[in-house]
Amino acid sequence: MRVESTQEFSLAERTTFGFWVYLMSDCLLFASLFAVYAVLHANTFGGPSLGSLFSLPTALRETLILLTSSFTAGLALLSANRGKVGHTIAWLSATALLGAAFLAIEWSDFASLARGGSGPSRSGALSSFFALVGTHGAHVTLGALWMLFLIVSIALRGLTPPTLRRLTCLVLFWHFLDLVWIFIFSIVYLMGAF
Amino acid sequence: MRRFLTGLVFFVILIGGFILLSRSAPLQILTPQGPVAGEEYHLITTAIGLMLIVVIPVFILLFFFAWRYRAGNEKAVYLPNWEHSRLDECIWWAVPTLIVAALAVLTWQSTHALDPYRPLSATTTPLSVDVVALDWKWLFIYPAQGIASVNYLEIPAGTPINLYLTADAPMNSFWVPELSGQIYAMPGMSTELHIEASGAGAYGGMSANFSGDGFSGMQFLVHSVPEGEFNTWVAGVRYASSTLSWNIYETLAKPSENNPVQTFSAVSPALYTQIIDTYMTPSSTSM
Amino acid sequence: MSLFGTLSPEALPQNPIVWAAAVFMALVVLGIVFLLTYFKRWRWLWGEWLTSLDPKRIGIMYLIAALVMLLRGFIDAAMMRAQQSLSVGASQGYLTPNHFDQIFTAHGTIMIFFAAMGLMWGVINLIVPLQIGSRDVAFPLLNALSLWLFIAGALLVNASLVIGEFAATGWLAYPPLSELAYSPGVGVDYWIWALLISGVGSTLSGINFFTTISTMRAPGMTLMKMPIFVWTVLSAMVLVIFAFPVLTATVGLLFLDRFADMHFFTAGYGGNMMMYVNLIWAWGHPEVYILVLPAFGIYSEIVPVFSQKRLFGYTSMVIATIAITALSFSVWVHHFFTMGAGADVNAFFGIMTMIIAIPTGVKIFNWLFTMYRGRILFYSPMYWFLGFVVLFTIGGMAGVLLAIPGADFQLHNSLFLVAHFHTMIISGVLFGYFAGFTYWFPKFFGFTLDERWGIRAFWCWFIGFLLAFVPLYILGFMGATRRLAHYPAGLGWQGLFIVAAVGVAVIALGALCQIIQVIVSLRGRDLRRAGSDPWNGRTLEWATHTPVPSYSFAHIPSVEARDALWDSKQRGDKEVSSYEAIALPRNSALGLIMGVLSFSIGFGMVWHIFWLAIGAFLGIVLCLMVRSFNEDTEYITSAEEVARSEHSYLGV
Repeated sequence: MRVESTQEFSLAERTTFGFWVYLMSDCLLFASLFAVYAVLHANTFGGPSLGSLFSLPTALRETLILLTSSFTAGLALLSANRGKVGHTIAWLSATALLGAAFLAIEWSDFASLARGGSGPSRSGALSSFFALVGTHGAHVTLGALWMLFLIVSIALRGLTPPTLRRLTCLVLFWHFLDLVWIFIFSIVYLMGAF
Repeated sequence: MRRFLTGLVFFVILIGGFILLSRSAPLQILTPQGPVAGEEYHLITTAIGLMLIVVIPVFILLFFFAWRYRAGNEKAVYLPNWEHSRLDECIWWAVPTLIVAALAVLTWQSTHALDPYRPLSATTTPLSVDVVALDWKWLFIYPAQGIASVNYLEIPAGTPINLYLTADAPMNSFWVPELSGQIYAMPGMSTELHIEASGAGAYGGMSANFSGDGFSGMQFLVHSVPEGEFNTWVAGVRYASSTLSWNIYETLAKPSENNPVQTFSAVSPALYTQIIDTYMTPSSTSM
Repeated sequence: MSLFGTLSPEALPQNPIVWAAAVFMALVVLGIVFLLTYFKRWRWLWGEWLTSLDPKRIGIMYLIAALVMLLRGFIDAAMMRAQQSLSVGASQGYLTPNHFDQIFTAHGTIMIFFAAMGLMWGVINLIVPLQIGSRDVAFPLLNALSLWLFIAGALLVNASLVIGEFAATGWLAYPPLSELAYSPGVGVDYWIWALLISGVGSTLSGINFFTTISTMRAPGMTLMKMPIFVWTVLSAMVLVIFAFPVLTATVGLLFLDRFADMHFFTAGYGGNMMMYVNLIWAWGHPEVYILVLPAFGIYSEIVPVFSQKRLFGYTSMVIATIAITALSFSVWVHHFFTMGAGADVNAFFGIMTMIIAIPTGVKIFNWLFTMYRGRILFYSPMYWFLGFVVLFTIGGMAGVLLAIPGADFQLHNSLFLVAHFHTMIISGVLFGYFAGFTYWFPKFFGFTLDERWGIRAFWCWFIGFLLAFVPLYILGFMGATRRLAHYPAGLGWQGLFIVAAVGVAVIALGALCQIIQVIVSLRGRDLRRAGSDPWNGRTLEWATHTPVPSYSFAHIPSVEARDALWDSKQRGDKEVSSYEAIALPRNSALGLIMGVLSFSIGFGMVWHIFWLAIGAFLGIVLCLMVRSFNEDTEYITSAEEVARSEHSYLGV
């Protein structure tokens, strides 16, 4: 049975387009949080300045891990486009592991800040820091969970058009988070340190 | 035609009714009692005049076209495919643009002239008053005189008043329509407003920004009196009434509604700064 | 931590007015349940409506929800005006200040987020796919999810009426009043969660329709051949995509302030309340254009059709629409000139605001010159249009006045401001959707609406509007501020407040006329049968049958010119008689389920019932997983079935 199709765009193209639009709207979410950080980062209410709380080497480590994960995510998509199920799963797993490592470092960083009395409710400055970096962390967490789910899907179903479509979106999402992190690293950590 | 006339009569009655009703109370913004409100009033009327240049033709065209090109009128020209005329479109991009350009000049100049932070020019020494919006009343501190009052602001006529405003409560807006436009009063911050009353008189003031359950009762009176009478009032308050220490202030600052007028003597000139500071640094709450 | 969080029997209404409202709501729900059971319509409701992914069905569900919320918001308005007519001097009226505060907060929140937005999403769902010659939207399940998130938000607002309280802060909940220190109750939390949930729904809808318009237009329909309504929706969707994430972030941060003791907007601790005001209006001003642009689009469809003439100045219209879209992000400071920014900043934003009046004025002139040398048929949509031009021009003049900082210092927060934005929203948004409702009604229901009652409704609305809002303009000049639960005697305001209350009653008559109009039209529908094209339309929604079949178009139309249908009628195109199979999305209950789960998240977070909130969140994740394993999401209508359906429409 032939199904009439006069659309110029395939479902996959439309989904990718829609996902790009979603990323654009997510940009605005982060832009708002960056603006909030810009306004509040000096409002320490008698507490230490933000720059003195951060460790630049830790942030650099986080950056390198995330950049590497972006690279492995790209490799996963390449393998998928070549139809190599095993490679795709391997690279995705590597990406997920790197994501988990990033989250572990971030979490321990947050925990040590909170233990030292510099939790998010200490001052407007710290609230804005935790909101910005925490929202990014929450995105990474969701992305990593999505990745695990996709690994299972690909293992079960192979590289079907739907899994391939989702993989494309996920990899876009992952690159996007990387880009946001570069901004966080430059504005929060680098500019805070100097 | 009869329906049209009925409609016309109806609208004339409606407009007449509104004019009558608008005389039931003074139109305070249109009857300014000080130089700032006066300039603002002129600004409003000038802007309305400029805008009528576009608005009146729109109304005329609307009703003329609607009547002239009604389906029943076979005499009118009918051009179903006419959809573009560069000249016409240029006209109605240009005319509003010119008017907005004129309004923009007016806006730029008037905004700087009427900047609430700009001190008023005067021959007399201005009087400074610190204004604190509380839940739900206004505290007026006269730092140089060492006195304060609640819901009552007495000022010398013809003298510029420099107001410094903050809040020890949610955001409020200080507004005395007959004397000047409003400005927000916000906790932890100080805003400024400069007002003046041309002559003696009593003017109503209020909070214009909703601040909670007792908001409607945040009315106060501005009493403009001759210089000598003002000095007498200050002296009376200074020697006769209760004092305002930090502890008494803290009690006063607790939420209360529809407060009567109160006056205080022995007010520290630093009180205003202390109120702001409670929001700026940890644990600086007592004197 | 108890099982029910902070929820306790004290949350039930303590006040007879609220009890009456609660009992009324319960009776309505019971009545609907009874009717559905009595007429054995549950399966129909589930299969044809609740689980439907058809944008035509989703649009109608949006409209029903929006009209219910419009009624609720209207009752709030009537209660406010009644209070203000009574509570002068010694009399305190019939409402406590706190109750009055909740009512005006609910009124603003409901009217903007759930009435106006709902009407907009409804009309967009119904019309956009048809006008671009598409059978569906880009992401059908996502579209259903948006609907149910919208309804979940609306239900949270209504739940607050019966369980607990609503915010008493004004519809934008400025901190620090909305912070825990000044609003310790659950009211603000209800407000936050209603906005977060429906806001996510709006963002998703924005993405969906932006993608739909970008990628699913009929072959040949280039951007400059799109109907103006589609252009205005496309622009509004751009605004949704850019503005709603800002709202979500802002309200989310307010939630963190209240819930996690953070300090974004608090007084003290390094918070900055002015930042909230900036952020909320960075969403709030574009929001005005999100609502009004599609209404401008509706007028741009109606005026040419009823003037029997092409739209004048299509290119100008497109440029004006894009200009308004771009400028709407550069004016937000005009909502708070009185916050003490410097003269340079205030003057800049004042001038930017006035510049928006230019493209808006151009639109009005283009509509006028569409009527020029036309043959105008005065059906009720044209009445709404003429009423709109009159009121919108006056309101626009008031708006430019408010855009001049020096004048705004005197008019801000006064009833003049209230009168101004009601003029803009009622004439610009509501009249537009009413006109669109009358215009497009026959397309979806197969019969036209009664004109006599339609015109009566218009006059009641128009005159009621004047009676209700001209007094507010005057009161503004008298120095009356908004949100007054009580005012002193001796100010001379009471007469005007009473006239305004009478105006509300006249508007209520208008709404009654509209209800009668629908009933009268429904009963006489056999005499009012409309063909597929009752108004001699110009755009593609009139090219398909009435009522629209589930597959919308048997053949995807191909477009060669603007006013595609008019063009094809002029050329005398013939129907093609061979048919092909059509694929459409299957029904899915997942949108509804995720909506219920989102409501549970909101309710759980308001009352700190964390097991419910976390469980519901996990449920949503589970729904997404289930969906991703379901690859059988479409059903096929065979060529024979299409042919049979087409022949029955054509009476072959």
